[in-house]
Amino acid sequence: MAEERRQKQCSVVLPTESMKAMAESVGVGQLQEESCIALSEEVSYRIKEIAQDALKFMHHGKRRKLTTSDIDNALKLKNVEPLYGFQSQEFIPFRFASGGGRELHFYEEKEVDLSDIINTPLPRVPLDVSLKAHWLSIEGVQPSIPENPPPATKEQQKTESTEPLKVVKPGQEEEGTIQGKGQGASAPDGKGKEKGLIRLKPRSTHELSVEQQLYYKEITEACVGSCEAKRAEALQSIATDPGLYQMLPRFSTFISEGVRVNVVQNNLALLIYLMRMVKALMDNPTLYLEKYLHELIPAVVTCIVSKQLCLRPDVDNHWALRDFAARLMAQSCKTFSTTTNNIQSRITKTFTKSWLDDKTQWTTRYGCIAGLAELGPDVIKTLILPRLTVEGARIKAVMEGSVVSNIDKIGAEHVQSLLLKHCASVIAKIRPQPDNVEQYRADYGYLGPMLCSHVVKARTQAALQAQQVNRTTLTITQPRPTLSVSQSGLSGSGGPRTPSIIKVPSSLTLMSPRPGTPSQPSPPATKYIVMGTSAGAASTQQVITLSSSQSASPVTCTVPSATSTLQPLVKLESGSGPGITTSRPLQKYIVVSLPSSASSSLEPKSSVLSTSISSTPLETGMKLERSESPGASTQSPH
Amino acid sequence: MAAVQGGVVDGKEEVSIKAEPQSDGTGTGDAADGTPPSASPGSGAAAGGGKAAAGAPEDQQTLLAVLQFLSRNKLSESAEILRREAGLPEDALEPKGTETSGSGPGGAGDVDGGDPASLLSRVTVCPAAAPALAKVTAGDDQPDVSVVLSAYSQQGDPALYQVYYRDLKKFIEMVLDCHRAELSQVFYPLFVHMYLELVYNNHENEAKAFFEKFSGDQECYYEDDLRVLSGLTKKEHMRGNETLLDFRTSKFVLRISRDSYQLLKRHLQERQNNQIWSIIQEHLYIDIFDGMPRSKSQIDAMSGSLAGEAKREANKAKVYYGLLKEPEIELPLDDEDEEAENEEGKPKKKKPKKDSMGSKSKKQDPNAPSQNRIPLPELKDSDKLDKIMYMKEATKRIRLGADNLPSICFYSFLNAYQGLTAVDFTDDSSLIAGGFADSTVRVWSVTPKKLRKVKSAADLNLIDKESDDVLERIMDEKTASESKILCGHSGPVYGISFSPDRNYLLSSAEDGTVRLWSLQTFTCLVAYKGHNYPVWDTQFSPFGYYFVSGGHDRVARLWATDHYQPLRMFAGHLADVTCTCFHPNSNYVVTGSSDRTIRLWDVLTGNCVRIFTGHKGPIHALAFSPNGKFLASGATDGRVLLWDIGHGLMVGELKGHTDTVYSLRFSRDGEILASGSMDNTVRLWDAMKAFDDLETDDFTAATGHIHLQDNSQELLLGTYMTKSTPVIHLHFTRRNLLLAAGAYNP
Repeated sequence: MAEERRQKQCSVVLPTESMKAMAESVGVGQLQEESCIALSEEVSYRIKEIAQDALKFMHHGKRRKLTTSDIDNALKLKNVEPLYGFQSQEFIPFRFASGGGRELHFYEEKEVDLSDIINTPLPRVPLDVSLKAHWLSIEGVQPSIPENPPPATKEQQKTESTEPLKVVKPGQEEEGTIQGKGQGASAPDGKGKEKGLIRLKPRSTHELSVEQQLYYKEITEACVGSCEAKRAEALQSIATDPGLYQMLPRFSTFISEGVRVNVVQNNLALLIYLMRMVKALMDNPTLYLEKYLHELIPAVVTCIVSKQLCLRPDVDNHWALRDFAARLMAQSCKTFSTTTNNIQSRITKTFTKSWLDDKTQWTTRYGCIAGLAELGPDVIKTLILPRLTVEGARIKAVMEGSVVSNIDKIGAEHVQSLLLKHCASVIAKIRPQPDNVEQYRADYGYLGPMLCSHVVKARTQAALQAQQVNRTTLTITQPRPTLSVSQSGLSGSGGPRTPSIIKVPSSLTLMSPRPGTPSQPSPPATKYIVMGTSAGAASTQQVITLSSSQSASPVTCTVPSATSTLQPLVKLESGSGPGITTSRPLQKYIVVSLPSSASSSLEPKSSVLSTSISSTPLETGMKLERSESPGASTQSPH
Repeated sequence: MAAVQGGVVDGKEEVSIKAEPQSDGTGTGDAADGTPPSASPGSGAAAGGGKAAAGAPEDQQTLLAVLQFLSRNKLSESAEILRREAGLPEDALEPKGTETSGSGPGGAGDVDGGDPASLLSRVTVCPAAAPALAKVTAGDDQPDVSVVLSAYSQQGDPALYQVYYRDLKKFIEMVLDCHRAELSQVFYPLFVHMYLELVYNNHENEAKAFFEKFSGDQECYYEDDLRVLSGLTKKEHMRGNETLLDFRTSKFVLRISRDSYQLLKRHLQERQNNQIWSIIQEHLYIDIFDGMPRSKSQIDAMSGSLAGEAKREANKAKVYYGLLKEPEIELPLDDEDEEAENEEGKPKKKKPKKDSMGSKSKKQDPNAPSQNRIPLPELKDSDKLDKIMYMKEATKRIRLGADNLPSICFYSFLNAYQGLTAVDFTDDSSLIAGGFADSTVRVWSVTPKKLRKVKSAADLNLIDKESDDVLERIMDEKTASESKILCGHSGPVYGISFSPDRNYLLSSAEDGTVRLWSLQTFTCLVAYKGHNYPVWDTQFSPFGYYFVSGGHDRVARLWATDHYQPLRMFAGHLADVTCTCFHPNSNYVVTGSSDRTIRLWDVLTGNCVRIFTGHKGPIHALAFSPNGKFLASGATDGRVLLWDIGHGLMVGELKGHTDTVYSLRFSRDGEILASGSMDNTVRLWDAMKAFDDLETDDFTAATGHIHLQDNSQELLLGTYMTKSTPVIHLHFTRRNLLLAAGAYNP
């Protein structure tokens, strides 16, 4: 390899065409081939020389990146006048052009009008250099603080769980096991020595220091305690702290035990808190959760399908918990499912089995459907749609039957709306256009007519968005790198794609300790429509369901009111890069609160509103509500 | 240039070219002056003489040419000697030869000692060597003087070079294992010289083919040089390339056992492989030793530098590595100490006091230089106070060891935008200074005490000079701030160093100057000009007053703060001097270079007393152990090497870092070595253990053959990752807390 590279090094010489092009650019017309060759060899040599000198400056500047100033300094060293002009901090990409049988690589140098530069407002003054001290190590042990890297990287945690013999945990190595550290260095001579030793897996004790124990106590208490502010802080800490690795087993046990106890006691509030902890753990990028899935998944599934989660199933909004847990489940399927553990297929099987069972309660039924639906349109298409007729009949029996308990009725209602919500968008995609009510009734039975109206709504919404998106793609052509986003993926019948710059996967926003999450059990959900308008009056809409709180929980007494939940919504941030913040006009948001019962009649209104406002292309990087989940509850852009 | 292409050589032109280095061209005497700096003529002449003895007719002719040249340049004495040695009749010389001039013997002497002379004045070597080249080219076919003078003109058939090389390669691969490793050392210098010969004689294609064929065989640590070499395909390129000039003018040093050498010699003579043989004779210095041939690992440990290993005699000079006696200031210390303890209301402890007494009443170290070997500055009252503070802190020092690791406090420079280039702490760890690529130097106070300027002259007149707190009164309270910016350089600052008394700060920069800043007024006091190229590093002596600087001009200079010109110039490195460091006793200076050697210089004489080879990349960090016996060095290859200064031996190799080691520091008692690197880690090494089990028996010391065991993993005590912050400076506080610094690169 090295040899090949070296050979290349030897032969790399600038092409003579470049010489010609450069000569032409300075007005020398006919340059002879021989002179070109001589020039190109000379120039290549000099360039190499300068590059080598520039490298020296880079090394002494203690950098890994060669900068333009290094080249300048190297030129200065050779007594060559350095290049003058603006220095570019960014990478300057070469552009390619061909024409007239010639191919050229060049970089775009626009002629800049000096007055333009003078008239542009000054850029923000960069922050001044400052000094910050932290403990890198205390008597040989590295403290797990945000300033230090996570004690065990995710890869390390992974190899440890998959190949336990290979890794020695940091902080646990003593004289005997210290060779484990040498793996990075891979001393060739050390190998012989290591072969002789039989590696024993070090006892993993997960012993916590006093500080860690205190932290654990504080965090767990805050997570299930009564103070919402504290809880938010604790969850934030779980989601971001890099040093939780040692405590992970405790947390996982805490959650699984907590769910076990509280399901029996029907303590809805605590179950919600625990699920939020699961969410926070999953959000922490430094944790390798795979080892603890066996404890976490049963806990989550319990919260989805348990027969009873609260003391008063007729009043409390345990449905929100089921939805939330279902989404957690979907997320963990997405992140952790592999061909070996088969999480997704196992989970799907579990849900399907209990759903198919006739004796299953409505609550469990709801959970199963929610769990399946969250797994994506494919699952809905293959598993839910074929059973719509059967399920419709069952709902009809409850709704129109004579003597049924109130609880069953509520359950059936919820199942119905859940089915409508999830199926409509999928059907809208797979069914050809004319939506005939009779046809729907024939295909889907009792639910047919309702489905039909939902599908129609979904279609109009999709069309509307496609329209906007199409326009968006038009505007993209102007050179604004941060805007050239794959929003076009939304157009027409495109698959379920999220815009790629906006890193707000629906599941991610859920657990942020904001009102979007089902912080309190509350039966009627209020829906908000958020209209984002930029200066060009482009708009997009988001339907956000908020479970406005009611102090229904017997345990806790926090009452975050609807007004307080409303506030963060207005802080809706347009998720595009900082590069264009200066030039972009401010965004306006209109928050419309709709009556809580109007969940079914919501869509027409929202579309009317949005059409009335929107006319010009969407310019911001704001997230578009995808057409297949128009009514997705608890959507909170963060 | 014109002369080269014209291909015309006559006396006049020659003189005019030779006159280039000096502007006053006044005929022949001047030309004679031009000769000495370039070492190649000397060696060429010597070779010519040797050949003449063999008696070949063409050699006779070249000899005559040499004589002619000597006489023309009025070096009649040398000519006479040469004539006598070659056994030529008197009439072979032209009548001119009788004229004698004073410059003759001087010139001859210079030729003998050409090596150091040429290195001493690199500035003159460059221009002087170029005309030498120019002259040589012209005389390809003519039996002229220049043929003999040229280092590379003797050429065989260019097509045969590959055959020669392959032949030798085959031979070396066939010899007994014990000799193979030693003989393989020959490959690299031979390869380079053969390639250069091809390039020099305008066989571009052959040269390229040769390079492609055999460059892959070379040891990987020569890759950087090979890259330089690969770019060079034309004779014109050779002219300005300093690396190559050095390679040409200085001999590559190899250490080979007598047996192996005999084998090689016999083979080459049998095969009539004159091409290679003459390269070996002219361009290589083979240091032959008696005894067992060295093993591959032994050779690998020592090789890697630009000019081969150090000659054995280069490391034979006596080095006074012991520490100077501490000044006699115990009494005030003890009083103060007791007072302090009493004030704190603690019971008086006898033990620490005894310790401090014991350490000071130590007898003079036999290895220490005499107290006044070099004049050191007088201790001021404030220095004494500081010493007392130091002693007090020292009693509270934590004893470190393998199971008592230091705590590390990391100072991150935020928002430095890749611009932090150098950092230094004061000895008492109260100030931290950073050098930046934007030419500024910033000083921070890391204690609650803020930085204040001295009042202006007008204000100073107003204060009461008799009052006790006059030192406090002269400070301007209005200027108090946590950090100060020092502006003055006109290029990136690469080196920075506090004076031991915290009154001054030195900085060296790309603009070729070293600046001395006052930390009382926060202004620049002096700009020391001398290096005309970037100054990579500068360091204060542990006693203040002196400082050393080293830069791109390959010279390290010793300065005193009150002289605007350097006191010593340490010349000898073949490439940039990248880092410098003072020995704790201030009598020696060590420099690391990108020629991958470390040199120890005697401040008194200016001589190079140690050359350490073994690094495979430019050296960027140096540190002496507190007892002055050992040296640690770190390079871009990520390895840390340990050296015994007294014996001139490598005594350890610490592998672990994966990128350039930018900082090394021993703990105050020398038990722990801390290393900081570009790979974002701080590593701690057990220095006690590394130096404890040394085999410094007489044999090793005599031959310089070292057996390094690979025990880096046992010596590594800890690795501490930072969050994408390269570690560029380390410092042990007086109580053995480790401070580290670097700029956070998000």
